[in-house]
Amino acid sequence: MTALPTRKLEAFRYADIDALASVWPSLAPPVRVEIAAQQKLQQIWLPSGDDVDVRRFDVVLEAGASANFFALNTASRFGRIELDVTLHEGAEFEFDAANIGGGNSTLEVVTTVRHVEPNATSRQTVRSVLAGKAIGSYLGKVAVSRGADGTDSEQSVKAMLLARGATANAKPELEIYADDVKCAHGATVGELDREQLFYAAARGLDPAGARALLLEGFVGGLWDGIEGDDRGIADAARVALKAIA
Amino acid sequence: MLKIENLHATVAGKAILNGLTLTVPAGEIHAIMGPNGAGKSTLAYVLGGRPGYEVTEGSVTFDGRDLFAMEPHERAAAGMFLGFQYPVEIPGVSYLQFLRESLNSQKRAKGDAEFSGAEFIKLAKTQAATLGMDAEMLKRPVNVGFSGGEKKRAEMVQMGIMDPKLAILDETDSGLDIDALKAVGHGINEIMRAPEKSVLLITHYQRLLDYVRPDRVHVLSRGKIVRSGGPELAMELEREGYAEVAA
Repeated sequence: MTALPTRKLEAFRYADIDALASVWPSLAPPVRVEIAAQQKLQQIWLPSGDDVDVRRFDVVLEAGASANFFALNTASRFGRIELDVTLHEGAEFEFDAANIGGGNSTLEVVTTVRHVEPNATSRQTVRSVLAGKAIGSYLGKVAVSRGADGTDSEQSVKAMLLARGATANAKPELEIYADDVKCAHGATVGELDREQLFYAAARGLDPAGARALLLEGFVGGLWDGIEGDDRGIADAARVALKAIA
Repeated sequence: MLKIENLHATVAGKAILNGLTLTVPAGEIHAIMGPNGAGKSTLAYVLGGRPGYEVTEGSVTFDGRDLFAMEPHERAAAGMFLGFQYPVEIPGVSYLQFLRESLNSQKRAKGDAEFSGAEFIKLAKTQAATLGMDAEMLKRPVNVGFSGGEKKRAEMVQMGIMDPKLAILDETDSGLDIDALKAVGHGINEIMRAPEKSVLLITHYQRLLDYVRPDRVHVLSRGKIVRSGGPELAMELEREGYAEVAA
């Protein structure tokens, strides 16, 4: 077992180290997910329900493989989703995640996506909705190796703060050693739109219902890419939003 | 139905309404016309309860109740519909979901049974057909990617679904081509021309009044009603301009 990380490590800069310490001795090693060449995998990660919920994955996509991962992070004290993804030639990686919390929860999504060969794509979309004194973070590093030309990566990070005490951190990071690459990233932090709230009220929605509906709209697009009719994560997200709206 | 007495209101500390008095009885359609800056939209927003619009004096009763004692969503549940000059876009929320949740919120407030999904879709389709709107559009996010005319038609579809007692329509005719104008006029007549319903039609131009015949026309200038008359007053305004009539 390695030593407990400290906040001096960039990837743990916003972590709740005390909460992490409570699970550290028993923390399982990262789950290894390997997707063979030309294969496709969809995974949906729901919260465990524990108040400290740390999930770690090491993912490798071989040439031409594709992965769609969907994650909901709602632990009441500390939720952390850690991903280390390696993309071989032409692989396609898509990751959609939501941090939804209130109270004193700390929720974070920490990713490293390595484009080690040409023509792979990665799309990461993270939405955080934070109430109370919650802290929601996205730390995402995209590393493009020498020779990984034709890389196409995108990081879209948006947060909605429902209370003055809530905090959002967004840190997309690029490390590029190839010439012909396209790496886009954008981050915004905002509040619920007053015009939208008034419009909903004028149609008869009570304030809590209006907030919940607008937040659902903010987060809901994340689950549009789910193949099949598994709506479990959408329902769980709706319940989490209603609890803090 | 609607009784406004000596209404004064400010926006960001600036006086916009300066003693407006107006009564709209049940079964009547009243038009409020006036030049830009007269306070037309402010009146609509004050009646709707938009935050930032402060009432400093006067009273408004709606169906015998003190309007200002009600929150905006309570006014809707009590039967008031506010048609927006600039309908708001809500990405990520479909029209069907938005309207069903709004209507059911009104029903809960009144202690009525809520609509099921199937019942609501039937109602929405019927109302869309009345306004000549493709019901498929209601599956799209609220007003996102709608043209100006489509947004106004959608406002009228919403009005049909909500079936209000009182509609306050703020420049519903602005930005409409002639077909959309006809459709909107037809919608207002179809949905709101009834003995127990009233409409306050706020407009800059006379042309909507070719399709919706008002019982009374009022001229608003500098935050007050300066003249009232029958439908012929609208024609006079069109002919002679506001400067003449409101002077």
